[in-house]
Amino acid sequence: MARIFAYIIHKAGVADDSAAELIAAARAIDATASPTALVTGSGADLDLVCDGLRSSYTEVWKIDNHALAYPNAELIRKALVKVLPPQSIVLAAHEHFGIDLGPGLSIKTNATYVPDVLAIEGLDGGQLKVVRQEFGGQMSTHVQCDIASGAVITVRPGAFKPQDSARLSGNIVDKSSEAGTLTAARRYLETIAAEAGDVDITKHNVLVSIGRGIQEKDNVHLAQELADALGAAVSCSRPVVDAKWLEKSRQVGSSGKTVKPKVYLACGISGSFQHLAGLKGNPFIVAINKNPKAPIFQVADVGIVDDILEFIPEFTNKVTGMRRAA
Amino acid sequence: MEILVCARRVPDTSENEIQLNSAGSDIERDDLVYSINEADNYAVEEALQITAKFGGSVTVVTVGGEEDEEILRREMAMGATHGVLISDGTFMGSDGRGIATILKAFVQKGRYDLILTGVQAEDGGAQVGGMLAAMLDYPFASLVNSIEVLDAKKLKISREIAGGNREINEIDLPCVLSVQTGINEPRYVGMRGIRQVASVPIPTPTAAELGIDAATVGAAAAKVKRVDYFVPALGKGAEMLKGSREENIEKLFELVATKGGLR
Repeated sequence: MARIFAYIIHKAGVADDSAAELIAAARAIDATASPTALVTGSGADLDLVCDGLRSSYTEVWKIDNHALAYPNAELIRKALVKVLPPQSIVLAAHEHFGIDLGPGLSIKTNATYVPDVLAIEGLDGGQLKVVRQEFGGQMSTHVQCDIASGAVITVRPGAFKPQDSARLSGNIVDKSSEAGTLTAARRYLETIAAEAGDVDITKHNVLVSIGRGIQEKDNVHLAQELADALGAAVSCSRPVVDAKWLEKSRQVGSSGKTVKPKVYLACGISGSFQHLAGLKGNPFIVAINKNPKAPIFQVADVGIVDDILEFIPEFTNKVTGMRRAA
Repeated sequence: MEILVCARRVPDTSENEIQLNSAGSDIERDDLVYSINEADNYAVEEALQITAKFGGSVTVVTVGGEEDEEILRREMAMGATHGVLISDGTFMGSDGRGIATILKAFVQKGRYDLILTGVQAEDGGAQVGGMLAAMLDYPFASLVNSIEVLDAKKLKISREIAGGNREINEIDLPCVLSVQTGINEPRYVGMRGIRQVASVPIPTPTAAELGIDAATVGAAAAKVKRVDYFVPALGKGAEMLKGSREENIEKLFELVATKGGLR
């Protein structure tokens, strides 16, 4: 059995939630697996992360290098290529860092790349069977992967539920000297925080949220009128921002805002996992979409198959009428 | 600046309901509307905006068959200088690594300062760009949402990271970037534009012409293989309101009011 590693992303001395999810993913590959944490960084923050991981990982490989203070995928790849044994299986979260690291790491370690995995059905010989999604979550697919020469597997955040397990007191192994001197042709400069918009959608209890189904900028007012009638705010999914119909500050999702409304009216939103990742606190979700196969209907509380361009104005009239009557 | 954009033709999820075929082996592909992968179209627009300022040419390349030519013509109508269709029977069934291997051979026959891909295909894994970069030993950045040319040797780029924040990097040329949707506003392409490029020849290099070892591509070399498709079960499923629109509105109003949706 090849050795399984989990690459740990961390911030301000604290490991990401994916650290526990990757253990669950490793156990789905091999029920007896005891994966090794791979942690790169610099100084006191790195030591804090490694120390914290000792309670859940039997072994923690630490690579401390001042060049790794910010997680630059090119530098980290170069370090990992030097320390990883042949045929290793490396697990990482499928987010903006894993997407940056994974494909190149697989080439440089001659491993098979298996991206964005939702479930692992098991390993048989060198054949790993996994579940992935395609077409914005409309279809799932079983994928057979030959990982006999090693693998880099990125795991969708939230897909693997952390298991309860005994508190460990793992060893920290310092691999810093093996990584050597690191230089990159891509250099991190700074992080620019998201701009605050005119409306703070994170502060609203009710959101009228629009997706591609709103079709054009001239229709956005329909959602605003409903929001006004309800005393709500208008938010949206990514395609609406990409098309420049609303500001980025209105976007709900992993690359936008995380919101915790009581009621979420998803209008013409298909419901990709990136969008749903921004929806927390178990809101009451209403989905209105003309595609009965839209994934949003699987996670919504109430669904209506209808054309939002006709439904929204009629619903607005109803709300306005009832308010006037009240 | 000489720019190469790697693009793909995919089923357009905004135009189609993706359905399972009766055998469960594939999606139902009859009557599907195909188009250029959305992120790839943004990559072409970005390339056009760079060459409009700094000169050079834009080549759009895809790996596929005759039916894929339509997206090359579409991007040429947008303004791309060249379209190239890399096509060979031995490529059938290639996985991400196989496609990157084919593109690497093509890149090495030319001279490009910058290679762009879309961040991810509708049925892909956000992988080919990063693999291609590693094979070429070029630097790589994913999820790029702005590109600024600093000089002939480097770019300043931003990457989309969590929460709408942007990570700014400097990157040496030549490099490979995977472009995120929303980076620009792709120009409109009319039927007239497409007709104007209808007779422009599109080269179709083969595996032999690119010096690709057939053992490194295609189904036989693929270590990642799709076995089947199935309809995902994500949650418990919504309670569907199946009345008339008027009845649905009535019911929805009550529900929203009960759940605290009226301020």
